Parts: sequence; C-alpha cells; structure tokens
Amino acid sequence: MVYTQSPLAIGLFIFFVSFVLGLSFYLARRTSSADSYYAAGGNIHWFTNGVAFAGDYLSAASFLGICGMIATAGYDGWMYSIGYLAGWIVALFLVAEPMKRLGKYTFTDALDSKFNSKAIQLTAAISTLLVSVFYLIPQMVGAGVLVQPLLGLPHWVGVCIVGVVVTIIVATAGMASTTYVQFFKGALLLIMSTVVVIYVLTQGLSTSPVNNGQAYHDFKTLQADAALNVNEAGYNVVAGLDSEFGKAGFVKLVKDGVESIWHLNQNDQGFRLEETLFMTKLPDGTKTFNGAAKEEGKFFPVGHIKELRVNGQEVATTGAVGPLAYLSALKDSTIVLWGKKYIHDGANTVTVYYQKPTPGDRVLRPGLKFKVDNATGTQTFNFVSLMLALFCGTAALPHILIRYYTVPSQAAARKSTIVAIAAIGFFYILTLFLGMGAMTNGVINLTDNNMSAPLLALSFGVVLFSIISSLAFATVLGTVSGLIVAASGAVAHDLMDNFLGMRMTDAGKVRAGKISAVVVGCIAIYLGIIFEGMNVSFLVGWAFAVAASANLPAILMLLFWKRTTAKGIAASITVGLISSLGRILISPDMWVRYGYLPTEAPISFNSPALISIPLSFLALVMVSMMTQKDLIINDATETAGA
Amino acid sequence: MGHGPAVKLGKDDASAYKTKLGVKMFIAYTLVYVVFVAINATSPKTMQSIVLGQTAAVIWGFGLIGLALVMAIIYNHFCTRAEARMNS
Repeated sequence: MVYTQSPLAIGLFIFFVSFVLGLSFYLARRTSSADSYYAAGGNIHWFTNGVAFAGDYLSAASFLGICGMIATAGYDGWMYSIGYLAGWIVALFLVAEPMKRLGKYTFTDALDSKFNSKAIQLTAAISTLLVSVFYLIPQMVGAGVLVQPLLGLPHWVGVCIVGVVVTIIVATAGMASTTYVQFFKGALLLIMSTVVVIYVLTQGLSTSPVNNGQAYHDFKTLQADAALNVNEAGYNVVAGLDSEFGKAGFVKLVKDGVESIWHLNQNDQGFRLEETLFMTKLPDGTKTFNGAAKEEGKFFPVGHIKELRVNGQEVATTGAVGPLAYLSALKDSTIVLWGKKYIHDGANTVTVYYQKPTPGDRVLRPGLKFKVDNATGTQTFNFVSLMLALFCGTAALPHILIRYYTVPSQAAARKSTIVAIAAIGFFYILTLFLGMGAMTNGVINLTDNNMSAPLLALSFGVVLFSIISSLAFATVLGTVSGLIVAASGAVAHDLMDNFLGMRMTDAGKVRAGKISAVVVGCIAIYLGIIFEGMNVSFLVGWAFAVAASANLPAILMLLFWKRTTAKGIAASITVGLISSLGRILISPDMWVRYGYLPTEAPISFNSPALISIPLSFLALVMVSMMTQKDLIINDATETAGA
Repeated sequence: MGHGPAVKLGKDDASAYKTKLGVKMFIAYTLVYVVFVAINATSPKTMQSIVLGQTAAVIWGFGLIGLALVMAIIYNHFCTRAEARMNS
C-alpha cells in the first residue's frame, strides 16, 4: 500500500511528543530520590494508577496486533483479547496486595523479601531484563510500522524516534513521568477507540465498502475451458497447469504486457479464474507488488463481504446498526478472507494472496488461525499452551507488577487493578468491532496487517486517521517507557545495588537508573529494527510465555507454600527461563527467521508454556524440598534477631 | 538489602481473609476459563452454534470479560467490608 502523509497527522504527532517530553521535564524537577524515581513516591491515586495500568498494558500488541489479527483471522485474534483479560484475574485475586506488601522498587524485591538471597537477586533480575526485552521488541516493531503512513519515514526511523523519546521520558523523571504518560495515553486510547467503533456501527455493513472516498477495487473473475483458453480476449497463459503455479492451484496470465496471477476454481465449463494479489521477491531482495513497484499502488487494500444477509434477506447495505445487530449480520453473511501461498518461480519467490469466501459464523468462532478442527495432538497442545501463557503471563510481567509500588496502600493496589480490568475489558470488547470493521471495510494491507486499526480510521477520513495514528504512537511510548523503567530497575537496583553490593547514595541510585535506561533504550532500538515485519501480538505471546514460565511459579509458591526456599525460587526462575526461551529459539516460527523451512525445526510447536510452566513449578518444589535446612537456618536467624 | 514497601503501610488484619477469598474466586474463574479453552480445543464446532442470536464463541468471549469485572467488584466489596470490620 502507498500512504499519503497528512500535515494534521504530522502536527498531532509533534504535539503528542512535545507534550510528553514537556511533562517529563516538568516532573523531573520533583524526582530527586530513588523512591520518586522508581516508585513515583508511592503516592499515585488508585484511579490514576488503574488507568495507567491500562495505558501500560494496552500496548502496540493490543491496539495494532490484535486488531490486525482479528481483521485477517476473525475470532482467533480475539482469543488473545480474552486470554489477556483473564490474566488480570490472577493479578487481582492472588498477586496485587502481596506485591504491594512485599516489594519496594522491583519485582525482584518481592521475591527476595524473605530471603536476601544473591541467587534470587541475580536470576530475577535476568528474568526481568529478558521478559522486558521480549516485550520491547513488538512495541518497537509497532513504532516502525506506524511511522511510515504517519510521517513518510522508513521503519528504522520510527524505531529510533520512539527509542530516543522514551529514553528521555524515563531518564528525566522515571516512574513519575511514565505514570502520567500512561494515564493520558490509556484514557485517550479508550476514548478514541470508542469513537472509531461508533463510526463503524454508524456506517454499518456493505458489500461495496468505500475507503476514504475511494471505491473498493473490483476483483475480476474470468472463465476458461479445460485447456485454459480464457473467454476474454487478450489474455495469454504464461504459466499453466503444469507449472509451479498450476501445481499450487494458480495460473499466470499476461495481457498488454502486464502479468497477473489467477486462482483456479474447477467448474462445469473448465475453470473459473479469480484475480489475486501477489508480491514477488527478486533474487537481489527487491520486491514488486502485483508486478509493479510499491509506489505505483497496484497492491490494493482488501476486505469485503460477498453476501450480506439481514434477517435471512440478502441486502447491499445495512445502514446504521447496534453492536449486537452488527455481529449478528456478520454471522449470517459470507465474508471474503484471504489465503496465502508461496510459489518458487525460477529464482523469484512469489507470495500469492487469494480470496477465500467464508461463512460469517465460521469467522466468529475459533479455527481460522489456530488449528483446532480435526487437530493433531501437537496442534491442540500448541493452542492450549498459548491460552495458558496468556492467562498466566499478565501477573508475571515485571513492568506491570512494579505499578503496584506507586500507590499508597494494599487497598489502593486492589482498587487500581479493578479499574484496570474495567478499562482493559472495555477496550478488548472494542477490538472485536475494530478488527471486524477492518475485515469488511476494504482497508487491510495484506503484507502487514498491523496497520488495520489505523487504516480503518483512515477509511472514515484523514482527521480520524491522524488522531488514531498519533495515539497509536503514544501507545507505544507509554508501554515502552514502563518496560524501560522495569529493565533499568533490574540493572541499577537489583544487580548493581543488591547483587553486586555497590554502595550508592540516593542520588547515585537515580543516576544508575538513568544510565541503565539509556543502555536498554539502545538495545530496544536495535531489536526493533531487526524484527521488522513480525505480527506484534504474536511476539507478545512469546513474552507472556517467558514471563509465565520464569516468574509466576516463583511468585505463587512464595505466597502460598511455606516451604519455599531461596534456592527453590532461583531454580524455578532458571528452569522457567531456559525451558521457555530454549523452546522458542528452536520453534518453527524462529526457524523461518533463520531462513529455514518451519517443518525442519526440531520441535513442531511454537508456544512453550504448557511444558515450561509445570517444569518451573517442579524445579521449585524439588529444590525447595532438598534445601529445607536453609529455611530452618533462616527462621532461626530471624528469631534470634527479633 | 533495600526491600520493603516504598511507603509505610499500616497493619492489615484482614489480610488472611482477603487471601482466602481471593483464592476461592480465582479457582471459580479459572474453572470457567478452563471449560472455555477445553471446548475450543476439543469441539470448536460447538462454538459455531447460535446462542441468543450470536455464535456461542462470541457469547463466551463477552461472558468471560464481563464475569471478570463482576467478580472483581464483588471481591472488592467483601474486601473493603472486611478491612472496615477488622482494621478499625
């Protein structure tokens, strides 16, 4: 797709960035102590903290990734929303108040509160760093995705802008500025997403979507006989049934010197040919889109309804509808989704996107992305493992847990979690309408579905697009700043201060945190550039798997099993980290990143949580049982000191 | 070692009550979530059946999100009451 930059979008972007930087410099004057830098002084109101939770949590993965996944895979994308939200129940019922009671600045503080163990300080800090980095990657990728339509700049520039701005936010006022940036971003995200959904419902559904005044591309259909003689003059076959295209169910034609690829559907008269979209990767790495350079705009945005039915009647448009009537009409209609196939055409690799008309009730149930229908054991395992990771991951994310230190009491920690559940739950309901709106409004860029939500806004006009894109950028800023606070706390507080025992003044601790923030920011920029093109929600799924495996067993067992020892916790974190990260690194999806075929990967599943979480629990129990004498010595020392 | 909360916390005599209540409510919600995942994994076509004019999958999704909020409010109500009773 080709984007045209709007001066309004650029102006709003500059306003957002200036506002958060101004806020950070203002708050920096009040941030001189370690308490204020790492925990905003512990005086944030519970409602503010609750909305900030939403601002922290509703990352690029939620806004860009989930909407993009729903737009292309329907209900399966929404499964992420449901799993993420369910995870907040673990946070509220089991973790919120104890975290507030036990910790000071970092997640490690809470785990180490009973022990003063070097092993816990080291392993928990490493875990915090790794989880934060895993979570940072999709945020930075999201920033790169946004900057192209917003400012007309390449991916890497977007990553660098976010990296630099966020590093300044964190390095000036730490958790104080981060909290208020997240509060404003969370509130604006909810308001503006609601506005877009109102637009979607007010416009209703149509078989001929209009994208910002432009009519939807009319995808052609041709008829050919069994020998592939096309019934429309001028078309000649370039690659027929015996070619690689033919074997994959396609045919390549040429007309007036322009090549096109068509999807073959056998019928009584021979074949019905449906127009496709295709991207060709040449040996030198350059890409063409429908046989032309990207700038020529021949790779059309897609997403439409083939047959629209309301109350059993086929209609062309519904007009304005309510939310339930909207979903009900979609359920009864036939929606055109898009399949994807890779074909080797000599030295070129061609990615062909073809139409797949699908019943609406099939789109609004699981199974288009996740292999759950007639699934093999491995496919079922993969699905259950992902849902487990989403459920267990939230309460184990260090950048979320440290928000509990910013409120004054346990009751405030609890109430802020409830505000977060309300805000995040409401947003996740909106994602279903945003995603389905993108699916049926002709706005999907098949080469990068992360842009579906902003492009949906663009279909309603440049003003809404400008606001949503700028807001999406702010979304990245809010989440990344929380991640960098968590990571810099792990380096400066857990490793330098506690583990290495470096004697630092209060001001020295703040300085160490700021320097750490700059280093983490540089690493985030590098990773954001090299991971360009991956779905951001998919990457966050991995961060959740690592957090759920390395951190949650340790937190829960510390709170609910009195025989937990320091060595048990350290072993649990180590086993959880190694088993989850190790499996991710040899997973089929990573094999593709290494340049191999996914089928050549040593394991056949992508989500490790169903193995790594039980392993982490097992390691904790076994090592704790073997080191019970440490617990007795520890208890005796505490009693003697009392 | 620099641990302990960043602000001074008062004594909370309701802590044990809140922990027990939290565990019970966590188990209740988790059971519902497990049933949801199990149906999706073993019988996804069930999720295509129509309930209240929508697919069962959509009803389950709204239900899980709504249930989380309702249970959170109930939990807070009982916790706040316990804090008022036990910490006064």
